[in-house]
Amino acid sequence: MATTATAVSSRPLVEVEAVSHSYGRSGATGQVLDNVHLTLVEDEIVGLLGRSGSGKSTLLRSIAGLIRPSEGEVRLMPDAAGTPPSVSMVFQTFALFPWLTVLQNVELGLEAQRVPPAERRTRALAAIDLIGLDGFENAYPKELSGGMRQRVGLARAIVVNPSLLLMDEPFSALDVLTAETLRTDLLDLWAEKRMPIKSILIVTHNIEEAVLMCDRILVFSSNPGRVAAEIVVDLPQPRDRLDPPFRALVDDIYAQMTARTVATPSRDGTPAGATLATALPIVSTNAMAGLIEEVDAAPFDGTASMAELADSLQLEIDQLFPIAEALQLMRFADLAGGDVRLTASSRQYASADVDQRKAIFAQALLAHVPLAQHIRRILDDRASHAAPARRFRDELEDHMSEDYADETLRAVTHWGRYAEVFAYDEDRDLFSLDNPT
Amino acid sequence: MRELSFSARAVRPFSRILRVTPPNMADLIAFVLLAGTAVLVIRGAVGVAEPLSRLSITPVALDPWNLPWYALRTTLRMFAALFASLVFTLVVATMAARSRRAEQIIVPALDILQSVPILGFLTFTVTFFMHLFPGEQLGVECAAVFAIFTSQAWNMAFSFYQSLRSVPSDLEEVSRGFGLSPMRRFLRLELPFAIPGLVWNAMMSMSGGWFFVVASEAITVGKTSVALPGIGSWLALAIARQDAHAVAWAVGAMGVLILLYDQLFFRPIVAWADRYRFEQTASAEQPGSWAYDLFRRTRMLKLLMGPLLGVGRLLMMLDGPVRAKAARRSGEPSRIGETAWKLIVAVLLVAAAWLIVDYVGRTLSWRDALTAVGYACLTLLRVIVLIAVASLIWVPVGVWIGLRPRWAERLQPVAQFLAAFPANVLFPFAVLAIVRWHVSPGIWLSPLMVLGTQWYILFNVIAGASVIPTDMREAASMFGVKGWQWWRSVALPAIFPYYVTGALTASGGSWNASIVAEAVSWGNRHLEAAGLGSYIADATVAGDYPRVALGIATMSLFVIAFNRLVWRPMYAFAERRLRLA
Repeated sequence: MATTATAVSSRPLVEVEAVSHSYGRSGATGQVLDNVHLTLVEDEIVGLLGRSGSGKSTLLRSIAGLIRPSEGEVRLMPDAAGTPPSVSMVFQTFALFPWLTVLQNVELGLEAQRVPPAERRTRALAAIDLIGLDGFENAYPKELSGGMRQRVGLARAIVVNPSLLLMDEPFSALDVLTAETLRTDLLDLWAEKRMPIKSILIVTHNIEEAVLMCDRILVFSSNPGRVAAEIVVDLPQPRDRLDPPFRALVDDIYAQMTARTVATPSRDGTPAGATLATALPIVSTNAMAGLIEEVDAAPFDGTASMAELADSLQLEIDQLFPIAEALQLMRFADLAGGDVRLTASSRQYASADVDQRKAIFAQALLAHVPLAQHIRRILDDRASHAAPARRFRDELEDHMSEDYADETLRAVTHWGRYAEVFAYDEDRDLFSLDNPT
Repeated sequence: MRELSFSARAVRPFSRILRVTPPNMADLIAFVLLAGTAVLVIRGAVGVAEPLSRLSITPVALDPWNLPWYALRTTLRMFAALFASLVFTLVVATMAARSRRAEQIIVPALDILQSVPILGFLTFTVTFFMHLFPGEQLGVECAAVFAIFTSQAWNMAFSFYQSLRSVPSDLEEVSRGFGLSPMRRFLRLELPFAIPGLVWNAMMSMSGGWFFVVASEAITVGKTSVALPGIGSWLALAIARQDAHAVAWAVGAMGVLILLYDQLFFRPIVAWADRYRFEQTASAEQPGSWAYDLFRRTRMLKLLMGPLLGVGRLLMMLDGPVRAKAARRSGEPSRIGETAWKLIVAVLLVAAAWLIVDYVGRTLSWRDALTAVGYACLTLLRVIVLIAVASLIWVPVGVWIGLRPRWAERLQPVAQFLAAFPANVLFPFAVLAIVRWHVSPGIWLSPLMVLGTQWYILFNVIAGASVIPTDMREAASMFGVKGWQWWRSVALPAIFPYYVTGALTASGGSWNASIVAEAVSWGNRHLEAAGLGSYIADATVAGDYPRVALGIATMSLFVIAFNRLVWRPMYAFAERRLRLA
């Protein structure tokens, strides 16, 4: 699937052409990016929206030149004078050097470029000034709050006069209020053109953040990462979260993202369920129960929109989607049009007591998760009623990378233990039927 | 982002160093201290340059007035070795971290060298260095310094290598993104990140070094016998003359020396290194040091540090022009290079194996190997029993102390001091006791092996017990968990990872100490406990190189096997199950 995302106007800054990337051994197992096309032009903020595992950070690092993609090309387009655009990056973890002061941290990039000390200082101070860090020049990062640290990260990124600013989930490590302030400040600077930056590319898993900041949003699907949709946001800045068009757009993106999580229908028309080769996310049964209860109760009464859920539960898509998908996987819920609709079995689950819940869960697990079924069948067949986990891990590794295999097995172990379908002994790395019945 | 605008700018002018400011009181104190140190270093260094014959004209004499001079010479040797270890660490560990091929050889080598009996090497190195500088003290000095170096370098290099390999990936990406040159990356990122680990390991090394300095100053290998002026030689002479007072003087001098370098050297460095600890939040407790505070208050310090910073700046200027950043493709290295490399390693391996077999085989038979293994089993038994006994004593004590923060705060440095104190200085007293009460040396010499190393168990247990979360302890007392159940389900699991670290260090040190602990003299009285340590010691005195080599090899194998088969699995278990996450 080749998806092209291009903008209509302006001079292109970066062209990403048919980029694919895989980690580890060659082959499809570790593939994180699949045939991605993207063009960034001047004067736009573009958001890469997707869940973890959708390769958006990998794409960002390819553009930054930190990773060379396995296939395809990232082209930085030279301007009229022939100089290629410079790129700078802001990290989710801030990535500040704890042994350098704020000023030294900001000067780092200039130092690498061999800018003379006097000029270095002037420019660094100007950037610190601009970003609102005046007075903290001599502080060490550990003395600062999270918001202040990210300001340092921002100052360090813009001091080198990049034409393209890359931001890797820059606000996700901050609390809600701080993140909001930083976003607004950044948008102000951008609107007033007080930074030399020509374009911003921002990775996020927060849909509202993307709609709030971006002119264009690329929605990524996961495993492997592809550009699934391109959404142009033409609401005027500054945007208001409560504005109906804003809400509509957020709902629309939720709908688009849930639409793609519904697996392509199989030949007999019913939605295809999981197979042995399906990677399972580690989702706690408590979280699943919690979501079921939330949707089951008033005001939702069995059907809730993802956007509203995300709002009322204070969950980002990175947290909400895996839970909802796990429910869908076990036929506890249908996801369609940005809505979560509980099925009969999950409504029954919501009103059941602990033991009944376990029974309902066990039934769903064995019926809809082939891996659980497979493990249980082998345990039943064996005289010892025990089987080493290693064997299943090996089987999974035929279909997916080592990490995913491990995660998948841990997910199914957690579910199996809760449902008392089988037991697992970590010391011996062994599945057995010790606990059940 | 203009909500913050402070009128006062906190940044000071660039040329602050050169601004004329009146010196303060701290300046004066610091100046006297530093100048005194400089004079001492110069005086000590002058002694090194003298010819070897000078040693027979003015031999080591047991006059307490000489003791400061001897202490100075010993200290200088220690610091020379520490400096050499540091250089070795920076070069070799960096090589291992940068080159995959170098890594393949250096890392296992370091791992082995950390755990082999260094004392055994003395025999070979003395001969080598004395031939290098015939007739000069410098040769013997070098041999002594090298002996200390071999006790210090490996764990420092290993720690540095591990730090280099675990540089946080986001900082790594920043430095690559900005296109920092390798030199700048080293000075700005890798070196600072590795400093806390390096400082800690340098302290451990220094402690270990005292043990060897005592053993390496008065050297007798076969027919060669030299005594360099120093506390070790003083001690050797005191033992030969059965002068208990002189031994006591040496013990006292050693104590003062350790206290001094701890206060004047390591404490300030630890306090300084704290800023390089990789953490994003300021920790509540920061290591303090009066000496560091003093120097920090001086204005002169900056002038003194100027040259050091200058070196860094020079290095940064020297490195090449800015290169375009090149992303590494996660590909394989060239086939031919790889094959050639493997071939070279294989050839060297065969050559080395042949050399060993040829050398040992000419003089030794299989029976000798069996003898060595037999002795090794005896020493192994001693190590196991002693570590067990030491654990039984120090684990409860350590937990008791660790749970009382005020005691822990006071006693932790004491335990560290005891660990740094070279236990072999105390051996003569043990001999005196054994002779006095006519007990079996085979049994009663054994405790000497853990005399110096048991403290590692103690201070690691203290550290472990002091970080048991308060809520865990509160929960235990709420539910009335007491007595053995409390130990089984609260204390022991919580301290286990720390205990393993301590016991591993202690057992490694005990193997090493066995070479001096299993064969001890007092004047003409010579006590021996049958074991691999005394086997090596005897072979060294007799100048029987093949047996020394055999002994060392056997001991190395035992230590490594013990580490791999006992400690590592325990450590892995602790990591997996008992981590307080």
